[in-house]
Amino acid sequence: MTQKPIITAAEAAKLVKDGMTVHVGGFLGCGSPEGIIAALAAQGTKNLTLVCNDTAVLDQKNGRENGVSVLVKNKQFSRMIVSHIGTNPETQRQMNSGEAQVDLVPQGTLAERIRAAGCGLGGVLTPTGVGTEVEEGKRKLEVGGRTYLLEEALPGDIALIKAKKADKAGNLVYSKTARNFNPLMAMACKTVVAEVEEIVEIGDIDPDAVHTPSIFVDYLVKA
Amino acid sequence: MEYQENKDIIAKRIALMLKSGDVVNLGIGLPTLVANYLPKDVVVNLQSENGLIGLGPAPEKDKEDKDLTNAGAMPVTILPGGAFFDSATSFGIIRGGHVDATVLGVLEVDQEGNLANYKIPGKMVPGMGGAMDLVAGSRVVIAATTHFEKSGASKLKRRCSLPLTAAHEVDYVVTDLGLFHVENGAFVLKEYFAPYTPAWIVEKTDANVVIAPDCRQFTA
Repeated sequence: MTQKPIITAAEAAKLVKDGMTVHVGGFLGCGSPEGIIAALAAQGTKNLTLVCNDTAVLDQKNGRENGVSVLVKNKQFSRMIVSHIGTNPETQRQMNSGEAQVDLVPQGTLAERIRAAGCGLGGVLTPTGVGTEVEEGKRKLEVGGRTYLLEEALPGDIALIKAKKADKAGNLVYSKTARNFNPLMAMACKTVVAEVEEIVEIGDIDPDAVHTPSIFVDYLVKA
Repeated sequence: MEYQENKDIIAKRIALMLKSGDVVNLGIGLPTLVANYLPKDVVVNLQSENGLIGLGPAPEKDKEDKDLTNAGAMPVTILPGGAFFDSATSFGIIRGGHVDATVLGVLEVDQEGNLANYKIPGKMVPGMGGAMDLVAGSRVVIAATTHFEKSGASKLKRRCSLPLTAAHEVDYVVTDLGLFHVENGAFVLKEYFAPYTPAWIVEKTDANVVIAPDCRQFTA
């Protein structure tokens, strides 16, 4: 297997350009690539579209901040496609003031739209959201007597993901609930950067234990 | 009669609705309390939509693992025999009919089985997270809520006024007054909790409440 470039967080941030759609792994910050996020915050790239489960935790009163919340605070996203913003009051403020567009997507639908993008599908049919505001503007289809919404695939320009371990070929192993959206995003974006806690030699990860095969990963960053 | 909020009785009653072997998702807040009241001989498989089955209790202090949280970002543990998975698998479990029961909180629930819990337009918009999938996909949906808001208004409605999380999906509503089954455009009172009486519950609820023929008092 060919080796993947091991780059710094700052070099990873440079791959993110103004106006891109960026997928960021993590669930309320658990399983987010904190090093690359910090570098992207320092770089200050703006007008990005975020695809992420949520906008992480921004709790300034208790000094709790994680995941993409710093990028929201820096106003680096003009649009956020997420399922939950309840733990980041700044996202709610930007949405209410019109500074940023926030598209709330049911979590399972978000996962499937990302998965579809990585699997060559135009979208998926889901019963989730039928009879709610989520169905507005979407095509409805009857299959087997049940009503479904057509939810379109959600590809990205770059995925910033987090894994526990990689080998130098880029095979990834995630840890516990830090897995969440990371493996889906690894398949859904043109460029994929994985921040990992440990980099081992090719052959040191049992092929049966690989969660994300190396072919999806372009760059590695050591956390 | 004076109303006194009592979240524990809600959790206690719901705990008795679950059977050994059930796959169950408990929402954040009041529904989480249900786990504390499961009978000793009932072992349910708790699913957490961020990617695990076999959810265990909170870890001891200083034993927290940054990679092991519940859907509310709180540190948790996993029981022997549990498993982790990605978000697509997690919601495959949820939408695919593999979750026997989901218990979740509400802002409003109505007699048609509609539920609103993710948005108060212009005021509070946390987002639906996994709630829409859970309500659409679970075999049984149990709404867990105090009967009244702080203002005294009934949270059981004729028709929800807030944006819906899902339409016609709620099966049971358990409040601190009683247990209701949602059927044919009514909250059917199956059990009531002392000191409240069925007649008082009907009077104080701004919705169509029908007293079941076999309605009985539940004692915790």
